[in-house]
Amino acid sequence: MESIWKNILIVGASSGIGEALARQLANDNTQIALVSRRESELKRVASELKGKSFIYPHDVTAYEDIPGLFQKIVRDLGGLDMIIYTAGVMPPIGENEYNFDKDLTIIEVNLLGAMAWLNEAATRFGVAGVGTIVGVSSVAGDRGRRGQPAYCASKAALNTYLEALRNRLAVKGVSVVTVKPGPVATPMTRGLDNLPMIISAEQAASGIINAARRKTREAYVPGKWRLIMFIIRHIPSILFQKMKI
Amino acid sequence: MSVKTSVERSSAIRWNLPVLPSDHLENVSAWGMAQEAVSYVYRPSTVEGVRSVLQLALEKGMTIGLRGAGRSYGDASLNAENICLDLTRMSRILDWNPDQGVIRVEPGVTIGQLWRYVLEDGWWPYVVSGTMFPTIGGAASMNIHGKNNFQVGTIGDHIREFEILLPNGKIKRCNRVENSDLFHAAIGGFGMLGCFLSITLELKRVHSGMLKVLPISVSSLHDMIQVFEARMQSADYLVGWVDCFASGSSIGRGLIHQANYLQPGEDPMPTQTLRVENQELPETFLFGLAPKSMMWRFMKPFVNPVGMRTVNAARYHSGALHSGKTHFQTHAEFAFLLDYVPNWKWAYKPGGLIQYQSFIPASNAEEVFKEQINLCRKHKEVPLLGVFKRHKPDPFWMTHAVEGYSLAMDFRVTSSNKERIWKLASELDRIVVKAGGRFYFAKDSTLSPKSLETFYHEERVQRFLSLKKEVDPICLFQTNLFRRAFQPLL
Repeated sequence: MESIWKNILIVGASSGIGEALARQLANDNTQIALVSRRESELKRVASELKGKSFIYPHDVTAYEDIPGLFQKIVRDLGGLDMIIYTAGVMPPIGENEYNFDKDLTIIEVNLLGAMAWLNEAATRFGVAGVGTIVGVSSVAGDRGRRGQPAYCASKAALNTYLEALRNRLAVKGVSVVTVKPGPVATPMTRGLDNLPMIISAEQAASGIINAARRKTREAYVPGKWRLIMFIIRHIPSILFQKMKI
Repeated sequence: MSVKTSVERSSAIRWNLPVLPSDHLENVSAWGMAQEAVSYVYRPSTVEGVRSVLQLALEKGMTIGLRGAGRSYGDASLNAENICLDLTRMSRILDWNPDQGVIRVEPGVTIGQLWRYVLEDGWWPYVVSGTMFPTIGGAASMNIHGKNNFQVGTIGDHIREFEILLPNGKIKRCNRVENSDLFHAAIGGFGMLGCFLSITLELKRVHSGMLKVLPISVSSLHDMIQVFEARMQSADYLVGWVDCFASGSSIGRGLIHQANYLQPGEDPMPTQTLRVENQELPETFLFGLAPKSMMWRFMKPFVNPVGMRTVNAARYHSGALHSGKTHFQTHAEFAFLLDYVPNWKWAYKPGGLIQYQSFIPASNAEEVFKEQINLCRKHKEVPLLGVFKRHKPDPFWMTHAVEGYSLAMDFRVTSSNKERIWKLASELDRIVVKAGGRFYFAKDSTLSPKSLETFYHEERVQRFLSLKKEVDPICLFQTNLFRRAFQPLL
């Protein structure tokens, strides 16, 4: 389907959902800015896209670089219609492992990087009175699962941050879309077994784009996760702590 | 497909880029509201302030787009994601000689400010636009014309000299003798050669605050041109309104207004009629019951093809009743028709409007404008308003004026017709290029490099671009319009 957005910025674009989003959003009229750590991967993705693309190698934890880089990107594009933050990490955590270094990385990439980038976009879109902010979160943010404490916490915090942005910006004509995919087959989940109802990155990207197009406040991808997570959210804690999910 | 790598870097990925404060960020709109841009807006009030913005742009690696009152219909004063240098606070009258009618103003002085300042001394600007809100700096940058272009030329013809701040920080005084190239290139140079700091204008002596106005109804474009040709020697002003909905033998029907200055002695009370308070446009309508500021809301239901077909037909037939009956109007009433309904453009919300105006040599104007109107009908995008004027050439390098006519057509833009209108505009461009016509950057929203290929090869345009390279080698001064129209040459 033809993209309704011309100038698009994707943070976390060199693989997985970000790469699939870039492929699906690109057409002859789009200009896509791809931001990610690995320059070689960015070049590979960009070379296969339709339309015009720009690449910016960047580590989202280099927070002090973000205001200047954001301004440069929108200048290079000549404007901005949508930003998608899809950078995320989920390192494997052992059953009895409490590793602060890993936790810090998770919070920095999944949450603080998002805040640093999306604050810039929120300022600009608020002034423009138009724009779409998409934060790719996860169903994991709905409950504190035993397997991934920091990852769940990072996504829960991201959800709340995005909700607050939405409440601030709705009145200004800016839509903020929180997307909560279930498990997606990406490099991040490679090697993990028994992931339920896993979908491809392409399917996830398609769901995210549909949610952005419809300006859905909070979208589960695929949609059936909404019912599942509704049930899971309402399981009493005393029971949930006994469940191995 | 194309890929740009902003910076080649190793695994240590760090950017150390300049940042402009977000408190200067503003959403800047083209007057027609169909185009917008987010920019860092600076509004200096002194020459030093302007210089410091130039310095800031150089330090931060940004470009500067000049903006006056933002009255260009399209993107001529937009500079997306870069600096917008808004000159509206540079609005002082620097010198006024009421004996000779010569005034020196800063670029942010508006046409409204100007006529109100000089009228009671018996002077009126030679050239004004259909609205009094543009700044003199903007008017000079676009080399605007009025309803008397065929008699007095453009505003540039009445600029004695100006001072300009070049992108390299130097200030030059330019007139027809000193820096004559820059004089003839910067007037009409759409702000690409530098920033006017002061402009000296010669004004027209008037002996009354009133004009003699004669409405003439015409039943076709052919008749419209015949009347213009017959009256252009004797008229001081001539403007034609065209009902673009009329077809067949009535195509181009409309109403001409001719206006003439009063000669000395014709007005028994010139000191009265020259008073500013007697010129002001009425502030209410509906027999004084409603403020004019509400009037656009009453217009909004009519701003669609059915409504405007009715309005155009009603205007034509009511105009025919008054045809040939001379009456008197103040200068302001006649000149600033577009200000009669404050913010009338809001009736075109949310998508806004664009105006398509082309300038065609007199010899084939009738045929070309008929073809344009028919093409609009074929695309089912009939202009809601059409305005017809007579022009004459002038010596400014980037001028739009020709020995001929222009037809300005207003189109409502919506999310569903935008693509169609831009496509129609490119087809209209082809007709203009084939006819040896010209375009006008103050009005333009749609021109593409493809439509401008012939224009690029004109000697005057080449000269202009060489001068741009000479005074602004790093292209510090840019706008969305400049990037859109001149991208292939950058």
